[in-house]
Amino acid sequence: MPVVMDADRIGRSLARIAHEILERNKGVDDLALIGVRSRGVPLAKRLARQIKEITGDEVPTGSLDITLYRDDLMRHAVGPQPVVRRTEIPFSIDGRKILLVDDVLYTGRTTRAALDALIDFGRPKAIQLIVLVDRGHRELPIKADYVGKNLPTAVHESVQVRLQEIDDRDEVVLEQGGA
Amino acid sequence: MTTIGEQIDTTPAVTSLRRKDLLGIADLSPEEIALVLDTAVAMKEVGSRPIKKVPALRGKTVVNLFFEPSTRTRTSFEIAEKRLSADTLSVAIGTSSVVKGETLADTALNLEAMSPDMIVLRHSSSGACHLLSRICKSAIVNAGDGTNEHPTQALLDAFTMWRHLAPSNGGSLDGRRVVIVGDVLHSRVARSNALLLQTLGAEVTLVAPPTLLPYGVDTWGVTTSYDLDAVLPKADVVMMLRVQRERMNAAFFPTVREYSRRYGMDGRRMATLQDHTIVMHPGPMIRGMEITADVADSERSVIVEQVTNGVAVRMAVLYLLLGGSEPAIGGDDA
Repeated sequence: MPVVMDADRIGRSLARIAHEILERNKGVDDLALIGVRSRGVPLAKRLARQIKEITGDEVPTGSLDITLYRDDLMRHAVGPQPVVRRTEIPFSIDGRKILLVDDVLYTGRTTRAALDALIDFGRPKAIQLIVLVDRGHRELPIKADYVGKNLPTAVHESVQVRLQEIDDRDEVVLEQGGA
Repeated sequence: MTTIGEQIDTTPAVTSLRRKDLLGIADLSPEEIALVLDTAVAMKEVGSRPIKKVPALRGKTVVNLFFEPSTRTRTSFEIAEKRLSADTLSVAIGTSSVVKGETLADTALNLEAMSPDMIVLRHSSSGACHLLSRICKSAIVNAGDGTNEHPTQALLDAFTMWRHLAPSNGGSLDGRRVVIVGDVLHSRVARSNALLLQTLGAEVTLVAPPTLLPYGVDTWGVTTSYDLDAVLPKADVVMMLRVQRERMNAAFFPTVREYSRRYGMDGRRMATLQDHTIVMHPGPMIRGMEITADVADSERSVIVEQVTNGVAVRMAVLYLLLGGSEPAIGGDDA
């Protein structure tokens, strides 16, 4: 069960991404961070803190639950049911540049659902995608704008991101056998 | 006891309703009730968006079959279904084949032949939903059957109480005192609420004239009283029930005036309540009978909020009964 990112590595990746965000967007004007539940939410908050340390500016953060937009929700009658959690976007996304934050980018289906969900909240000026780990195997034409680590994986492997806020420690682990 | 709304990042004790139908509160486990109320929190947010619609139940068909008059419940189910993108139709019994003499079972089987995914049923006979549950493959949701149960009303009442009272009570309704006043005998709302609130740890007191308390109420595990003034000062919630004259085939009390004087909620009685106590009513209200206008329109009254919460709670029930699937998107690994 190899640890592919430890706490230091995760911290450095987020610091680098924060700088890349500022470079690419030439500052923080109209930016907002929205994390995809569950582990995108603490990542979005950490990035907001990093940006504040660099520029002193507050970037608003929100959280998005994509369960009701999943493309597999109605496909089979049996199986575990995804739990619906709260979406909290306490600002208008109209005209803003939305930085969508998720922990792992894999098939791209979660991102597709998140894009559909976001569009229902308004018309952002742009949406950029931030992921901590890109593990490949895309099934949809989706690409991340900011990547913490590109991690080549096999389909039967699974990537577990653990974060202090939820799991009491920071690490990314590559596990054998499907999750 | 059961704490609601704490499960944002943790996995709840159960993640689905382990059943095809929602027939009554009596069948639900405390974990399933917590799941419905938790899911309703997320659904309430959907109702506050500029676009109040999510694609969760796209392609599902829901038939609302109402054999009794209803404005609130039928509209609430219809809006909940539409917000989840289900295709819905409501059968108005006055213009249906029922008036030609068709039985409930035949009506249901004919509707079922058109492959709906769910039938929401309101019927004047207790147990009508249980009959449909046995003969139909579709999911059956009880929207009120006779004097038996009205589970979604009890769930929305508990959800409303929880939002007002739980934050100052450690996130639960544990030990909160709920007084339900009026025509308990004919009230499926009282029955479902008594079952649900006790499961959530609240203490329930039923107040009614002796003629309007049902036989066997001593087995419900609730306290009963004939004296409203005595129980009001300790109550955290006062729920007024409508006197259901359409179900009354005998003289249950001498006059409307006497009933109002002994069991009605008015300004004088409201003044004896604690500051945080809320007043509820499942509707429709008969102003001047069980509740006066100054109480119904007061700041304590959460009667309109109950209606708003009804949509969220029904969305949760619909999603949990119809939304199950094998995830192709891994939860943490997508």
